Amino acid sequence: MSDTAERVTKIVVEHLGVEEDKVVLNASFIDDLGADSLDTVELVMAFEEEFGVEIPDDSAETIQTVKDAVDYLEKNKA
Amino acid sequence: MRRVVVTGIGMVSPLGGDAETTWSNILSARSATKKVENFQVDDLPAQIACQIPFGDGSDGSFNADDWMEVKEQRKVDPFIVYAVSAATQALNDAGWHPKTDDEQHTTGTMIGSGIGGLQGIEQTSLLLAERGPRRVSPFFIPGRLINLASGYVSIMHGLKGPNHSVVTACSTGAHAIGDAGRMIALGDADVMVAGGAESPVCRLSLAGFAACKALSTDYNETPEKASRPWDEDRDGFVMGEGAGIVVLEEYDHAQARGAKIYGELIGYGLSGDAFHITAPAENHEGAFRAMKASLKRAGIDASEIDYVNAHGTSTMADTMELGAVERLAGDHASKLTMSSTKSAIGHLLGAAGSVEAIFCLQAMRDSKVPPTLNLDNPASDTQIDLVPHKAKDKELTTVLSNSFGFGGTNASLVFRKV
Repeated sequence: MSDTAERVTKIVVEHLGVEEDKVVLNASFIDDLGADSLDTVELVMAFEEEFGVEIPDDSAETIQTVKDAVDYLEKNKA
Repeated sequence: MRRVVVTGIGMVSPLGGDAETTWSNILSARSATKKVENFQVDDLPAQIACQIPFGDGSDGSFNADDWMEVKEQRKVDPFIVYAVSAATQALNDAGWHPKTDDEQHTTGTMIGSGIGGLQGIEQTSLLLAERGPRRVSPFFIPGRLINLASGYVSIMHGLKGPNHSVVTACSTGAHAIGDAGRMIALGDADVMVAGGAESPVCRLSLAGFAACKALSTDYNETPEKASRPWDEDRDGFVMGEGAGIVVLEEYDHAQARGAKIYGELIGYGLSGDAFHITAPAENHEGAFRAMKASLKRAGIDASEIDYVNAHGTSTMADTMELGAVERLAGDHASKLTMSSTKSAIGHLLGAAGSVEAIFCLQAMRDSKVPPTLNLDNPASDTQIDLVPHKAKDKELTTVLSNSFGFGGTNASLVFRKV
């Protein structure tokens, strides 16, 4: 697992209270990990904090799965 | 109107994570007042408080994880966690877990708070100033709103009847029980989960209440002596936190399922002072009228009251309340017993009225009157027994609980053994 994926996994486990082995790359935050719309807003805020990036609302809406988050952050992290 | 009884109690208090641990510590004359150590207080005039005994849940300590998932706790202020715990305890105690549509639709919630999520407001406003609006959590608002205590309890237990809340400062807990009782009496619900919750202990509130000259400031080095209702050397209240929640139930509904009954809510009186934002009206005449109204509703005479759990905050207003109770009791004063449990657990603000209503029910059940700690030198002569220092045995049939709040809002509850 890449360093980015590890850090994303840690945040998801902490914020959604799910087991680490559930946080696979193709897992959807809402459909598979029990998040609601407010949880996803907070997750994006936590990614911004951890990776020192600002994720615009348009991009935040496209981050639906763990892989979406990892790919976006790989591309845009500071 | 339909009769309303209490069939379950739940509590999180500075003297324990549940109602029975708290009660046993109250009867043992323990004080919960301590120096605050979890945030900076050295620049504050009041440096003491009664805080929740967090722990692993054993020995009567409070373990929030036993009651609410960690990821949910992170989203809300502690008053909601305390409310969820106390409400769950009360529902378990009542053995009432609504499953059918009919059961769910006739069970409601009425949990209030005096201030709500002040800790989160304090922290988030600092975050906003330091880091800007993008760092404000989407859970900031729903995790601080006062009625979200009722909201969370309703969601977690599937309660689909009235979902309401009360905000009347330090009368909140009593008003919540009284108003919820009326909803049952009038047929809006058969069961109501009612009470108050508060988590005010933070720098902002200690500074704010001290600025209104409401807090004790002379006992920072001897915290256990600070809360001393009716004593000559009292100098203000000690802030507390927690929640007290009861399950109120229509009498026949409770009988039909063989529920244990703590007592009947026979009286509820309300009044307004129309006088001052923080000071009580002269001679506490508003308090007098609230008590009088509760007796009228109960259809009883003051001579039938065996015990009064006073508002008794350890402020100048204590003796005014005492005078009002003396006027109410008349010749019965010499037979009346009154104490202030705030001497042990401090002032739980919006949770005070419901926590103290629960003490009244436990007192009736056990024939024990809780003591008024630190009452070394009563500030005024009275025929009423103020139960200094030690709990007393006394058969209790009818009890009255007083709560008065900023804004001149007064409430009295009367309970009777069934």
